[in-house]
Amino acid sequence: MSYLLTTITFLPMLGVLILLFMNREQGKSMKMVTFVVTLVTFLISLLLLRDFDLATANVQFVEKYSWIPDYGINYFMGIDGLTLLLVLLTTFFTPICVMACWEDIQKMVREFMICLLFLETGMIGVFVSLDVFLFYVFWEVMLIPMYLLIGIWGNPARRIYAAVKFFIFTMFGSVLMLVAILYLYFEYHAATGVYSFNIFDLYTTVLPPSTQLWLFLGFSIAFAIKVPMFPFHTWLPDAHTEAPTVGSVLLAAVLLKMGTYGFLRFSLPLFPNAAIDYGVWIFLTLALIGIIYGAWVCIVQKDLKRLIAFSSVSHLGFVMLGIFAFNATAMEGAILQMINHGLSTGALFLIVGMIYERRHTRMISEFGGLSKVMPAFATIFLIVTLSSIGLPGLNGFVGEFLILVGTFEKYKIFAILGASGVIFAAVYMLWMFQRVMYGEVTNPKNMVLKDLSPREWAVLLPVILFIFWIGVYPTPFLRTTEASVHNLLRQIDKKYTLVVNAEKQGGYYLSKIEKMPPETENR
Amino acid sequence: MNIVIPAINWASIAPELVVFITAMVVLLIGAFFPRVSSGVTAGISLLGVMLSFLVTASLWGSSELAFANMLALDNYRLFFNFIFLICTGLTILASIDYFGKSSEPVEHAEYYALLLFACVGMMFMAAGTDLITIFLGLETMSIAIYILAAFVKKNIKGNEAALKYLLLGAFSTGFLLYGIALIFGATGSSNLATIYKYLSGTSNLSSPMLLFGMGFLIVGFGFKIASVPFHMWTPDVYEGAPTVVTAFMAAGVKAAAFAAFLRVFVYALPSLQPNWIAILWVLAILTMTIGNLAALLQENIKRMLAYSSIAHAGYIMIGMVAAKNAAADIGTYSVLYYLLAYTFMNIGAFIIVVLYGRYAEDNLNISDYAGMGYKYPVLGATMAIFMFSLAGIPPTAGFVGKFYIFAAAVKGGFIDLAIIGVINSVLSVYYYLRVTVMIYMREPVADQPGLKFSRSATLATTIAAVATLVLGIFPDTFITMARQSVSLILG
Repeated sequence: MSYLLTTITFLPMLGVLILLFMNREQGKSMKMVTFVVTLVTFLISLLLLRDFDLATANVQFVEKYSWIPDYGINYFMGIDGLTLLLVLLTTFFTPICVMACWEDIQKMVREFMICLLFLETGMIGVFVSLDVFLFYVFWEVMLIPMYLLIGIWGNPARRIYAAVKFFIFTMFGSVLMLVAILYLYFEYHAATGVYSFNIFDLYTTVLPPSTQLWLFLGFSIAFAIKVPMFPFHTWLPDAHTEAPTVGSVLLAAVLLKMGTYGFLRFSLPLFPNAAIDYGVWIFLTLALIGIIYGAWVCIVQKDLKRLIAFSSVSHLGFVMLGIFAFNATAMEGAILQMINHGLSTGALFLIVGMIYERRHTRMISEFGGLSKVMPAFATIFLIVTLSSIGLPGLNGFVGEFLILVGTFEKYKIFAILGASGVIFAAVYMLWMFQRVMYGEVTNPKNMVLKDLSPREWAVLLPVILFIFWIGVYPTPFLRTTEASVHNLLRQIDKKYTLVVNAEKQGGYYLSKIEKMPPETENR
Repeated sequence: MNIVIPAINWASIAPELVVFITAMVVLLIGAFFPRVSSGVTAGISLLGVMLSFLVTASLWGSSELAFANMLALDNYRLFFNFIFLICTGLTILASIDYFGKSSEPVEHAEYYALLLFACVGMMFMAAGTDLITIFLGLETMSIAIYILAAFVKKNIKGNEAALKYLLLGAFSTGFLLYGIALIFGATGSSNLATIYKYLSGTSNLSSPMLLFGMGFLIVGFGFKIASVPFHMWTPDVYEGAPTVVTAFMAAGVKAAAFAAFLRVFVYALPSLQPNWIAILWVLAILTMTIGNLAALLQENIKRMLAYSSIAHAGYIMIGMVAAKNAAADIGTYSVLYYLLAYTFMNIGAFIIVVLYGRYAEDNLNISDYAGMGYKYPVLGATMAIFMFSLAGIPPTAGFVGKFYIFAAAVKGGFIDLAIIGVINSVLSVYYYLRVTVMIYMREPVADQPGLKFSRSATLATTIAAVATLVLGIFPDTFITMARQSVSLILG
């Protein structure tokens, strides 16, 4: 058994331990410790990439220990094509975030770094847990550090409101999911006589469509709040706007992906009939509304961060479109787009954070003509903006293209209407860029702004590298997801047919359909 | 008339005897050596508690009846003994700090002796397999607590609280006793096993006498567990009583009342289950919802915790409703586990309230906690752990407790209760978060002179906080214990 995933997940806790024993005054070295720990975590996580077997859809790097044996609760971790990139995205962004907050965070440095490290553990834990109980624990635990990040280091005016709203919204969704999890768990027990929270065991539960629908909703509302999908998105603009830069970056880059990941891992394969018969129409419609509504709202935003926040609503609408198109091309596109959105929007928040550090405002009207004062900054900002719009040659294009192509095969009207979101994206992003960066410098305060510092270069360059890499040569990224996506769709289809046939025969039964995908041991 | 004195197995009440003798010793020391310091009486009391804890642990696994079938020596009772002893021990540790801060000299020997007497009462409530023993235990406990609530003589609020508690308590005891009498009338016995046998053999389950008896028992126990609509006393009494006594009441009295409530209803009255489930179903929903809604509005932390304790009684009642007749069912032991978890997190929160005062009953407004996390990082973090645990967020004991309660509800087919329960716990998140908002997100208002933390109370919080986390991360051992506690029925 390999210990790689446990190491990656809990290495940040080692950082917490070190921080606890450091002197209050050593703010700089605390940041250093956190940076080193998160960087080492990232480097170790690269081993996943080296040893990952692209050919199989099986979960890899499996670790399984008994935790609460009487209830079939295990410490069960593993990754497959759905999660490999998400784990790497998380470990990649955390050290960048530490660098990004180097100057910004001056009060309660120790507490900030501890929250950041806890958050990293929570985020990785969500992606690697294959035991539903364990997943739920990480899913909830992660709320606490994020809540504290927003509430303590956020924007003084409305941080508490935003933090509490974030917490309550997410909590509301997740407790309903808890009830659904428990129901599913006892259904599985009723059918097999075995208690298990193992997700692959639960996949084999075959439920009548009506039950599936309720459980599907129980799970999906939690995930839809996290994504966030229209109309559950209202916490997002507040949380994003009020959070400190690093909070916004991690929210956009990683936390929102937990929602979309939840659909892929739980909602679809557990309840395929509900997902295909009802979910498709509900979620394609909501996704479409999200794409267009998010984009329109962006156009009128005065605050840079709020604009980017709403652009997330729009972009994640695309991801949801790709997931619910039930087609390999679109689903691969959706996973890639999750990564792309993480990179582009994460970078946008980093950039806005940099302007904010200089001017202490995020109002678009305060700026203008910055490209003359900060040429290097302008170039980077332009690249990221274009990547967010989805310019060919940059990462955003690949994901959106695949999603739209895949969706078009099955749901033409959704693809056509959804494509308009790309156009609106160009409208609001370019218009924003124009107002901030071009024209004459009207505000004298903007005359003296400094261009990127070496630290800021270091923060942005790695992201830019991936923006180009995925844009020009996405194949290696897509290949990691291929096997798992095909397998997922196959299994969904198989189970769907099984239930339909069972329904025709007038009875429901639980059949041990081939476990999907079979677990591998000892890699 | 020939009175036969049954063979008495003193060993079967060893844990109670140890606590009782300790209480007597402490009382006598107070009488004969009035100048002895409070450290000595507290120390002796603590020793007694620890000794009793060890005795309880050594009895683990036994299963017999004693005192002419009036007491059971089973794991169920022993599990609750652990809870009561932990409660008493932590309260004693916190009391040293509390009375150290108090301006008024207190009769510490009497105080600790009363605490121990209350503990003995609780232990007999959990042990009783006869309605009479349960009643005796309840009275022993209650009378001690009435006095404890008013223990700081010149505190008007405390006196008011005690009087209110006494009057309403006496009234509820009347209900309980009347219920016992009616049950006795209907079944011809006060022994739980005999009642069970009689009821499972008769078809006349709808006799008014029996049903009224059951109803009055619910009123009597409902008062002690602070269930809506018998909860009116709770906020005032919890606010007025000395904080340490409040902590003891909120965790100990509740656990004891549930111990008896659960044993009587699940073990003796399963035949009436359709009737009492219908009542408890309504009461559980009312208790959770009203407790949580009222807690949202509180400005005083003790009142807030009082309403929160009402809400928690509601969650526990879900477990009781879900406890189908099978005694080994998850519903029954989810209640046990929850009470253990609740003991640590709740007493822990109250001890922080004690620690955070410069003198007794100081800094009681939630707004006083502004900036606590900046000035006292460890104290703030510990309070945050208790708040998150009370809100039911992993990785804490409160989460695992709620998880099992809701699991029991889903398994028992009470999805509606589970959904109302989880929505309630979201509601509760709001007011628990308010405390953490104060601790971490508001600047300190005024410059207060520094606090002094006594070693004893620090130890007590540390124990509570560590236990809260351990029960949340490694619940297996404790769940197994809880399950073993309900698997052997003696009734």
